[in-house]
This record gives sequence, structure tokens and C-alpha cells, in this order.
Amino acid sequence: MDKVKVNMFVNGKPVSLEVKPYARLLDVLREDLGLTGTKEGCGVGECGACTVIVDGETVNTCLTLAASMDGKHITTIEGLMENEKLHPIQEAFIKHNALQCGFCTPGLIMSAKALLDSNPNPSTEQIKVAISGNLCRCTGYEQVVDAIKEVAEKSK
Amino acid sequence: MPLMGQKNFRVLNKPVTRVDALDKVTGRAQYAADLNFPNMLYGGCLRSGLSHANIVKIDTSKAKAIPGVKAVLTAADVPKPKSWADYYYLADKIRYIGDVVAIVAAESKEALSDALKAIEVEYEELPGVYTIDEALEPNAVQVREKGVGLVDGIPTPGTKGNAFLESYFPIRKGNVEEAFKKCDVIIEREYRTQFIEHSYIEPEACVAVSNPVDGTMTVYSSSQNPHFSRRYIADALQIPMNKARLVQQTLGGSFGGKEELVGLTVGRAALLAKATGQPVKMVLNREESFLESSKRHPFRIRYKVGATKDGKILAFEGQLVDNAGAYNNQTQFMNCRASIHSAGVYNIPNVKTDTFGVFTNNIHGGAMRGYSSPQIIFAQESLMEELAEALNMDPIELRRKNLLKQGDLTITSQKLVQPTIISEMLDHVLEKTDFVAKREAYNKQTGSKQKGIGLVTCYRGAGLGAETVDASGAFITALEDGSVLINSGTAENGQGLKTAYSQIVAETLGVKVEDIHHIGVDTHAIPDSGMTVASRGTVMGAQSMKKAAEKLKILILETAKEMLNASPLDEVIIEDSVCFLKSEPSRSVSLGEVCNNRLWAGKQLAVYEWFEPKPLNPDHHTGQGDVFPTYAYACVVAEVEVDLETGYVDVLKVTAAHDCGTVINPATAKGQIYGGIAMGMGFACTEEVEVNKGKLRTKNFDSYIFPTAVDVPEMDAILFECDDTEGTFGAKSLGEPATEAVGAAIANAVNSVLVRTKGERLRRLPFDLERVVLGKSLRAGGNA
Ligand code: FES
Ligand code: FES
Repeated sequence: MDKVKVNMFVNGKPVSLEVKPYARLLDVLREDLGLTGTKEGCGVGECGACTVIVDGETVNTCLTLAASMDGKHITTIEGLMENEKLHPIQEAFIKHNALQCGFCTPGLIMSAKALLDSNPNPSTEQIKVAISGNLCRCTGYEQVVDAIKEVAEKSK
Repeated sequence: MPLMGQKNFRVLNKPVTRVDALDKVTGRAQYAADLNFPNMLYGGCLRSGLSHANIVKIDTSKAKAIPGVKAVLTAADVPKPKSWADYYYLADKIRYIGDVVAIVAAESKEALSDALKAIEVEYEELPGVYTIDEALEPNAVQVREKGVGLVDGIPTPGTKGNAFLESYFPIRKGNVEEAFKKCDVIIEREYRTQFIEHSYIEPEACVAVSNPVDGTMTVYSSSQNPHFSRRYIADALQIPMNKARLVQQTLGGSFGGKEELVGLTVGRAALLAKATGQPVKMVLNREESFLESSKRHPFRIRYKVGATKDGKILAFEGQLVDNAGAYNNQTQFMNCRASIHSAGVYNIPNVKTDTFGVFTNNIHGGAMRGYSSPQIIFAQESLMEELAEALNMDPIELRRKNLLKQGDLTITSQKLVQPTIISEMLDHVLEKTDFVAKREAYNKQTGSKQKGIGLVTCYRGAGLGAETVDASGAFITALEDGSVLINSGTAENGQGLKTAYSQIVAETLGVKVEDIHHIGVDTHAIPDSGMTVASRGTVMGAQSMKKAAEKLKILILETAKEMLNASPLDEVIIEDSVCFLKSEPSRSVSLGEVCNNRLWAGKQLAVYEWFEPKPLNPDHHTGQGDVFPTYAYACVVAEVEVDLETGYVDVLKVTAAHDCGTVINPATAKGQIYGGIAMGMGFACTEEVEVNKGKLRTKNFDSYIFPTAVDVPEMDAILFECDDTEGTFGAKSLGEPATEAVGAAIANAVNSVLVRTKGERLRRLPFDLERVVLGKSLRAGGNA
């Protein structure tokens, strides 16, 4: 099958790739670009482990065709640190013990980032809704919500 | 000293940052599926889609001819198709839906998927038995040769049937027949529970890499129990254990589940790596994981309980039967625990219970967080409510009258010599939740949405106890810069073991937590310490770590004293990686300088220590004797709102008090409790792997529903401590206690509404929309 050419920006860097028309963005990130921080938990758009930010919105990369990314800006968990400095959401997750096994963590952090980028002062309810597409089996979300709340409050 | 905070520690009791947090928030932690090797192939499995069938013919020729396909293996091609743990790497007959018929390795995922489709198999479907009731019918199809029949309700050798003899555990205490005669009130009830999926977010994964030079097969995997996975490599390939190496990768959740299926996957990947001479990566998709992974065992529990009219329970009888599925390597251990806890946290003089599993052609039960306790506590604590009702007594009073106290005998006649703080915890929680006032207010509600409040008291034997040996080993090396490497045979599974062990070493040795690095399990580098299960990691597993740190401390102090010119009367202290004289703290030397001195003096800097627990030898015919080193107590209250029209249960608040003995780290302890509450809520309200004649209706998270951030209730985690001398620094189990009582508390809260409004009570989990509205499920349940 003919490959499709995509020009996109991943974590701020331009990337040109030839991908199969049916290739999932998830596989292209993990396998072609080696960005394995984005995880696969269900493959059907339910768990959110594969969440990245595309042009400011979260997407489930297991349901997204890489070929549709032409011209788009993609941020993955690997793109969050700036000059070796943790993003405040990452710092808050560490401080609040907002992770256990950590498999859901990159996806949760991306959802939190998309929320706070568009709404720096969300209510607790809005935080919960924003991460409700990210399943976590370990934490019960309590400390995750605490972490995101703290980042929101600090920005006030 | 009931609430945490009255013990005197430097590092324990503190919310120390998880040592693996940085790797996990940056996405750089390496899980098994993240690994890649040159020339790596993709491995995959073919399953039949059937739950009981003969394999008449397999033709793999078309699959082998596909370009890029490197190996296609069936049972006929491998040295030992059946694993050491009952299950098959490659099945010669289909005994349940998860059985694998063929495995393939190919250069691309496309070639792999084409090859799996091109394998032609002819099956002959067979009738099967699927539920506990079917399995126990007199002329049921016999699922396994080793199944036995029942005589007087008891699995009996020499008869034919589906009972799993090795999983039979009786409890015989006192004389129930006589005691029932003295009871004023006797009730008999039956409760049932469902199949539950662990739902770790990371599906099973591994990469097998063979070393052509020395013949070692190394598998990097998502194993909960790395040394047990190693056994599958050696077994599948029939090679010596010292040529089988397993390296545990960061694990994306397990909860008891990443044992059998991960082991089989490791074995299959190793077989393909051997056949092709290339690395093979096997990553299961979620559907495959649902089909073949173990589940929480469904139970059918029948109880008969008798009490005097003032509420003293005199006699307790029970039959607890669990659905073991087609294969099983857990029921025979789990039912030991199930039997010991079969009558709850109460002082009952006369007990007779029989616990056993049955084989079916269904999906199989395995270890899942609680290891029988969520099911039994649900039944047990529902029974307490029903007994109180029959006695016309407040269920709180009934519990108070019967709760175990220090010095009492459990149902195995073990004398509780350690602090037994459950009554104190009950009082605290009742007050904190305003339980009695709320219950009264709720009784006056009208309308279609009504609130309810429910209570549970329970306990849990800490660690493995009489299930199997609770020994462990640990290793510490101090380096010349004062940093310390530690390792243990027990594994980090996401629960925070590396952090807890680092704190325990820091507390014991006086080294800073930041200066400690826990390596993680490579089976070529650290000896087997048994499984990381049974919430034993801290309470028992860390005993060897503490011992090793104590030994190393003696060595370091010896040199520090010399370097500080201390007199024999001077005491040297190590704190924050500095050694100093107690009487003159300014005279000090850094830990690094001491270690450097020892290194160049040729003195020992590494310690490996082993911990052997005290023996526990209950009588297998009566279950009587000491069965656990100590017990962890819990009291949980749930508040719910039930929509009587839709059946929706809104869990509003859960208050969970846990007797931690000693809290190693309050942040991670609370993390366990919060996660346990969410998991217990799913168990109570929404979760069920629905099976119909062994076939799954729920195969992914679109149909298998567990709580999201918007679903979880308000949570209050209360940490109790006490002076218990058994566990490491007095710590007790918490990982499983965190979830085991939650489902039962929610069930009691929901039933308080249903009894009040409809005069009915549910006795079968989960309390989903259909059951709450109709009292039954319209869909088939695995244990219906
Ligand atoms: S893997 Fe994409 S949502 Fe689960
Ligand atoms: S931390 Fe394990 S799934 Fe979220």
C-alpha cells in the first residue's frame, strides 16, 4: 500500500515521515519516533494512556491516524520538560504522590496540561471531568486531583 | 496510641517522595513494551474462540509461507506444551476460551496478523460445565481428571466430580451441632460474587532475547513475580534454571494478576526466540488479556449462623465454593486464607466451615487483591446485618458484642497476643462519620432517590502466614562515596516497595534516602524470595532488608569508631549519612569516608541477609492452630445515594480506617487506601466479567466499567498504629486491606435503602442497575 507523507511538529521540532495510511499515531510516536512515554492500555479509546496534545486539544492516539497529522503540532510527555526543568504539573504529581505504577501517568499529565493551558483556574469538578477519560487503577485519583488543584491554585 | 504520629522515627512515618516518581512523570520509565532490540521479531498467539473443544487438525503451512514469518509453533513442536503451573503454553485440547493453539513470530505486525489468520484449525466442540452449580450437579461432565466428587458436601478422594481436592480447607472448632441447639435465633443465607478483571492499565508484555554464546535466555517482562516467571523460561525450553534469566521492567499495575499469564507469555516468547534465534517481543492487546488472564474467583457462599437473643454468636457453619476455572494454580493456596477468614473478625466458639474450588470450562480464578477476602467479607458482613435484623438488634451492637479482643481465640483457635484494636477503631469511625445520626435521618427519607449508610468491620492475616513460607532475602552494598545499592527478591509492582525499602534502610542505617538506589529484580543478580503477594512486601519481605541494614551498620560503626578515635564507652551515631560521637557531635566523619576507608582496607561492604519466619503448622483436618504472625484490622463506612428508578448507585463517601501497625509512609499508605476504595467501589457497583458458557461479553474497557475520576466518592483514609512486634518495625499489611472491605460496606449501605424501601435485599454482586431495580440480572453471569 502506498505510504502517505506527513509533515508535523512533535514537541516543537519539525518531523517529516512516510507512514502507512492506516498507521496509528500511537505506533508512529512509539515506534518510528521512539517516544515510548505514550502508552497503549486498551486500543479502543477508553483508557487515555495514549493521550497526547494536538493543537491544544487532547487526543487518544490509538484512535488517530498518523496520516491526519499533517501540519499539526503534537506535544507528548517527553516534550513537557523545558531546559531539563520539570513542568509544574510533573512537580506536583511527584509532591502529591499522584502516581503508583505510573502507566496512566503520562496520559493524565497531558490531560491536566491541556486543561490548565485553556483554563488556568478550573474547579475541582472541571479537573475531574478533564481527566475522566484517563483510567487509573492504582490511585483512586484522589492525589492526582490534589496535584492538579495545587498547580491551578499557584497560577492564581 | 491509636492514630498515626506517636511513634518516634526519623524517616518512617514521613511522606517521603517515591523513589521512582521522577522516571514516571517524565515518561522515561521503561515498561516491557517500550523495549526494542536489533532484529527483533513480533510474537503473537492464536486462540480458538471456543470454551471446550477437541483440536482435530491444525494446518500451519499457509501461515509459514507468508513472507516475513519466521516461526509457527503448535503443541507438537515444543518440548513441553504444558507448563509447570497447570496451564498450557500450547494447548492440545481447548479447555477454556483463553487456551492458545499456535504461536507465531514474524518480522512485522502485518505479517504476524496475516499468519495468525492463515492458520487452519478444525475443532470438535464439546459440552462443558461453566458455573459452580453446574459443576456440582451429580452427572456433570468431568472437566479435569483430577476432579473429585462430594460426599456429605465434602470433596472426597476416590470419587469422580469437579471438586478440586487440593483446594479443600475445613475449619472445625468446638461443636456446632450442640451449639445450634442453644441458639435463640438461627438464619441461613446464600451470597454470590462475580468474576473481576484486575484491569491493570498495562497489558502483559515481554521481550525474549537469547544469548547465542552462553545459551542464556533472557526475558525482560511485566512480571509481578520475576522469579516465578524465570521458572516458566526454564520449563518451556527445558534448560537449566541458571541459563534462564528474567529482568523485571517497570510494572504497569498487577494486583495479583501478572503471574500465570505473564509466565506463559514469557515461556511462549522464549520458545519463539529459541526457534528463530532472534529477539521476540510479545505484547498482548486488551482483549487477549481479558481472555487469558486470571480473574478474582467468584464464590458461592452458604452460611448458617446462630446467636442467643442478646446477640452472642454461638455457632457458625458455612460452605464456601469458588469457581476455579479450567486450570488453576492458586485456589489451593487461596482457600487456606479463605477458610481462616470464613467467619469474620468475631469471637465465635463453635465453627464448622468447608471451603473448596470446582473446576469448570470457564475462565480461571487467580490471585487478585484480597485473595478471597472481598468476596468473603461481603458475605460475612451482609450476614451480620441480616442476623441483627433477625435479632431485632442494632448491627453495631451485634458487632460490639462479638468483636475479637486481645487474648481471644480466632476460629483457628489462635490466641490474639498482639494489640487487637478493632473495637477502638469502630468507635472512632462511628463518631467521625456521625453514623448513628445519619442512619436515623436516612430512615425518614421518602422519594425515589434515597441515601444509605453501611458499616463493615474485618481483619486480615498479615503476610502469607500458613499459606506458604514467608521468607525473604535482601542485599545491601555500600560504595566508597557513601551511596548505597540495595536489592530484594520481592519486587516493585507500583505499590511503592522500592520507596518503603529505601526508608527502612535509611531508618536502620542512618543513610539518606536520596543516597539509596534500589536496583530492581534481575533473577541473575538477586536470589528468589518467593512471590511479591499477600501484602507481604513490607510486613515480612522487608525483614531481611532491615536485617541486612543492621548488619552493615555494625560493620560501618566499627570503622567509624576507629576513624573517630572513639573510646569503648563512646557511642557513635549515624544520621543523614554522617557518623558522629553522641557525646560530641562535632567530631564526625561522613559515611563516604568510612566506606572508602573500608574499601581500601579490604573490609566487607556488602551484606546479604535472609529472614525466616517463625513456623506455623495448623492441623489441616481441622484448620486449628496458629496461622498468621499477626492480623491487621479495618473498619470501613460507606455512604450512598440509590436511585430507585434507574438503579444507579452514587457512592458519596467512603471512610476507611486501617490498622497499619506502623505507617512506613503516610502518602503511599493513603495512596493504597484511595486506590483500594475505587477498586472496591467497582467490585460493589459496576464490575463483572460477564461470561456465557465460558465466552466473554466484556473484553475491553468499553464494556467492563470501573470508576473514573468523576465517579469516585469523597474519601477519608484514617491511619491507625499500634505496638505490634511481628512485622518490620511493627508494620502490617495494607495493600489488600485497602480494598477488601469497601465493596461490603457499599453493599450494606445499598441494602439499607433496599430493605427500607422494598423490604428486599441483594445477595449477589455487583449491585448494578438491573439488580438494584429488578433484583436480578437479565444477562448471564459467570456464577449465575
Ligand atoms: S490506548 Fe488509547 S485510549 Fe486506551
Ligand atoms: S498509577 Fe497505575 S494505573 Fe494509574
